[in-house]
Amino acid sequence: MNDHAVSRPAPAARVYADALAEGQFRIQRCRACGSAIFYPRELCPECGAGELDWFAPSGRGTVHATTTVRRKPEAGGDYNVALIDLEEGPRLMSRVEGIAAEAVRIGLPVQARVAVTEGEGLLLFDAVASNNAGESDHE
Amino acid sequence: MNNASLSQLRGKTAIAGVATFGCGEAPGYSDMDLLANAARRAVADAGLTMNDIDGLCTASVLATMWPMEVVEHLGINARFIDGTMIGGSSFVAHLMPAMLALEAGQCDAVLVCYGSAQRTSTLNRKEVAKARRRMDPQPYEHPYEPILPLSAYALAASRHMHEFGTTRAQLAEVAVSAREWARLNPDAFMRDPLTVDQVLASRMVSDPLTVRDSCLVTDGGGAYVLVRAERARDLPRPPVYVLGSGTAVWHRQISSMPDLTVTAARQSGEQAYAMAGLAAADMDMAQLYDAFTINTLLFLEDLGFCAKGEGGAFVADGHIRPGGSLPVNTNGGGLSWGHPGMYGIFATIEAVRQLRGEAGDRQVAAPATAIVQGNGGTLSSQSTAILGTGDTL
Repeated sequence: MNDHAVSRPAPAARVYADALAEGQFRIQRCRACGSAIFYPRELCPECGAGELDWFAPSGRGTVHATTTVRRKPEAGGDYNVALIDLEEGPRLMSRVEGIAAEAVRIGLPVQARVAVTEGEGLLLFDAVASNNAGESDHE
Repeated sequence: MNNASLSQLRGKTAIAGVATFGCGEAPGYSDMDLLANAARRAVADAGLTMNDIDGLCTASVLATMWPMEVVEHLGINARFIDGTMIGGSSFVAHLMPAMLALEAGQCDAVLVCYGSAQRTSTLNRKEVAKARRRMDPQPYEHPYEPILPLSAYALAASRHMHEFGTTRAQLAEVAVSAREWARLNPDAFMRDPLTVDQVLASRMVSDPLTVRDSCLVTDGGGAYVLVRAERARDLPRPPVYVLGSGTAVWHRQISSMPDLTVTAARQSGEQAYAMAGLAAADMDMAQLYDAFTINTLLFLEDLGFCAKGEGGAFVADGHIRPGGSLPVNTNGGGLSWGHPGMYGIFATIEAVRQLRGEAGDRQVAAPATAIVQGNGGTLSSQSTAILGTGDTL
């Protein structure tokens, strides 16, 4: 450890992973320009500023793009990979659970959930029951 | 340097030699063996010797210090070296630094070269993917187990279908058109007849992309030699002039792509067109990196051959098939000619062969111009080249 290490902030990726391992989904917001940021970074990709604050997003999101990855049943069967637009703006990759992979549609409202397994957190999304699924794609 | 000064580079350099080697299956050959054989033949094609080569551009998907290995293996003393590695577009992107080095007098003959034994290598591609996840982790995508790069392109395709009504049959038409061209090319790896129904019925890998929506996995080496235009005119082959070049990178991971339906080819294409003083309507052919069928639609749109969202209808009308209004991927493309890991150099070589009039049964009638679109990563890096015959100067 050198002289500066005491005041050195933990890297964002570490902070994110540690929170996730505790079951908490936290993302960053830029103090300078207000952009919500995902994935965790050391500087704001919008404006380049370095002061980023952590906050808990609502967890509400919408499926922006989706694919069913085909896999043999004996290997676990098909599964979903999706890009989710968070209500706060950022887009991220995740998996929608709770409905069949092929039933995941663009525009589907989803809610974040953190699954913790053996001390590691994984961000997942569940389909939100809704009568107007597919009409919430505000683009 | 602004576009006005870049346009002064228009036509100042030319591709004087090209070659491929071991394309398809080349059991027993290493990446370097394939590269070296292609390099030797490209240099000979240019009417030069390896001792004349004093500039090198190369990239490898495996080795991190690849240019040193190539210098050593070929026994060259390069005064200009560019090892930029931005995936499959690299060998199209190498054009601009090579042109600048030639114009500055840093070197006199640049060899751009590549080789991949990915099909027959004893190094299993699954092992490579596993090692890559350790060496180059993507912790916000890999845990969800997308099949990379395929699932990333599938996500982009899903969005294109959602926004514009693009259909799987229209995507399949891209594969069928590529196959129709491949049937005219004795060097193509897959030449059997292919129908839209066969593509639709082929094995789904990651919706909406089937195995036939995906490029082949083949071996192959490719190389070209770039020199100043006045020297090219004294060499044996008809010079193919570089009229425009542009490169743009907007993201690495598909989850960070700003708009899944618009690629950085829009920017790289604008740069290349501006430098060349030409537009899409001036292009006699397009060699578009078709890693997956969605690529061709995106690049036709982003390079201005049709409006955004109309790529599907454009190909369904038969425009890109042999005999159509726009010859696209005339060798059969990555989908049917072959795909040795990074295809950009092979798209460039096909454009040169067409512009020289050496393309045999698949020859485009008296072409003067060609646009080449290199793609890398997950639609991440885009590099555009506009090439032309002496008539375009």
